[in-house]
Amino acid sequence: MLTTEEKHKIDHEISLVPSPKNACIEALKIVQNSHGWVSDESLKDVADYVGMSPAELDSVATFYNLIFRRPVGRHVVLVCDSISCWVMGYEGIRDRLYEKLNIKYGQTTEDGRFTLLPNCCLGTCDRAPALMIDNDLYRDLTVEQLDEILEKYT
Amino acid sequence: MEKPLTQHIVPGRAPLSLKEYEQVGGYQSVRKILKEMAPADVQNLVKASDLRGRGGAGFNTGLKWSFVPMGPEAAKPKYLVANADEMEPGTFKDRVLLEGNPHQLIEGMIIAAYAIDASISYIFMRWAYKVAAREIIKALEEAYEAGYLGENILGSGFSLDMHLHTGVGRYMCGEETALLNALEGKRANPRAKPPFPQVSGLFGKPTIVNNVETLCCLPHIINNGAEWFKGLSKTGDAGTKLYGISGRVKTPGCWELPMGTTIRELIEEHGGGMQDGYLFKGLLPGGASTDFLVEEHLDLPMDYTAIQAAGSRMGTGTMIILDDHTCPVGFVHNLQHFFAQESCGFCTPCREGLPWVEKILLAIDRGEGKPEHLLTLDFHTKYLGPGNTFCALAPGAMEPLQSALKYFREDFERHIHEHHCPWSKAKVWQPSI
Repeated sequence: MLTTEEKHKIDHEISLVPSPKNACIEALKIVQNSHGWVSDESLKDVADYVGMSPAELDSVATFYNLIFRRPVGRHVVLVCDSISCWVMGYEGIRDRLYEKLNIKYGQTTEDGRFTLLPNCCLGTCDRAPALMIDNDLYRDLTVEQLDEILEKYT
Repeated sequence: MEKPLTQHIVPGRAPLSLKEYEQVGGYQSVRKILKEMAPADVQNLVKASDLRGRGGAGFNTGLKWSFVPMGPEAAKPKYLVANADEMEPGTFKDRVLLEGNPHQLIEGMIIAAYAIDASISYIFMRWAYKVAAREIIKALEEAYEAGYLGENILGSGFSLDMHLHTGVGRYMCGEETALLNALEGKRANPRAKPPFPQVSGLFGKPTIVNNVETLCCLPHIINNGAEWFKGLSKTGDAGTKLYGISGRVKTPGCWELPMGTTIRELIEEHGGGMQDGYLFKGLLPGGASTDFLVEEHLDLPMDYTAIQAAGSRMGTGTMIILDDHTCPVGFVHNLQHFFAQESCGFCTPCREGLPWVEKILLAIDRGEGKPEHLLTLDFHTKYLGPGNTFCALAPGAMEPLQSALKYFREDFERHIHEHHCPWSKAKVWQPSI
């Protein structure tokens, strides 16, 4: 069930576009913001609300890299794996994260604290390697900095 | 040396508020056009300035606008969209403008919207630019409050709404028709052209999509004229350009310089030269989807014309350096993994061909390559090239591959004959998933 607050926000997005369907990505973002991800149930709720079939909405949801159709941890770590970060040796960062969090890409730590994902170019190539945790960008990264960075997220 | 676009950007300092921006001449161009110029005058001035699209295609901006139907009979509302998706790997120049001076972009967008008589505008920005989003939202509020946006701007009768739309991540969104689909809440597949967006774009209405840097040039062209803009350049292509360098140079970064600054000056003076112990081997001049250039090209001016004549494209003007410690096969493999992953899957050659190319490159990189693999790669550079796919993604992907096969063929062959990567094992690029 969509909450009153979610409906209110989605209604605002619908008011800005010609047809409710046009607001479906914004609606998915709103739901993901409150739950962390978009479950099958949420997907169906949004589809009903904007007048799409669940299959049609899922074809949109699964197209985009940052709509999560599986549960994620409290914090999502996005490691840039594109060309400049590779040249500057991001793989050491990735391997240290694998080791430290004891998970691989696409997985969530047992305590639900972190989900680790690769990500294409974060647009900060002059300060590679880079990663993002939630809304925070970290750049000019070295393996030594990782412990301190991760400690900020509980 | 004049740096109109970045003159008020100080790294580490908050961007100018609307008040501060006005004090240094901000929004004067808007006052000028609303008072003195008809939309056709603005179009003609920008056409005459030779401003070419800074997103990579390099099309004359004023000419692009001139395909929008004008007059009372034209379909309404018309739309203007700022393409702030900037997902081309190796590219980070629009971030500088978005974070550093959001009012300059808004001012440029008002000019472009006025020139095509658009009443609704969007800034389509990638999700990762969180700081930029915050600054843009703040600047939009200020601009509305001051009457530069909204109904009847400065009493001129011209009205314009402007919204920020942040994406949810997909390289395809940078292609203008795919971007429009994303804005409409659809999968970001590219659309068939014609009809071109200028005639039937967002929600089926006339639409112009311009890159952030392109739009940021406009206030300065209005204020200083077409001849001044042309005079900023060292070559025949007008204006300044935001150039960038990433990779193993001493001081990677982004700089606004005269159009036509040579590659050598960019690398040696602005990038500080190669890091100690690293030698230059090649570069992609303007993002992941441009052809390699090598030593012999270093004295070329970085502009649309010269780089195209050398068999590549200036693209976004943000170059990625390949050094001698980095395996060219691994480098290209990383790029092809990106393109294969980001293909929208709509047309078969791209959907099937790019993963094939990626698998072959992985095999070669691991030392499992066969001589015939090079022929298969050659074949793909042809059949995934221009004219064989629905949009420019796969042809773009083939640019670094075809030029790597040309300039670094020996390195590919060594992998195959020696059955291992001649560079260190740690440098064999493994795709993540």
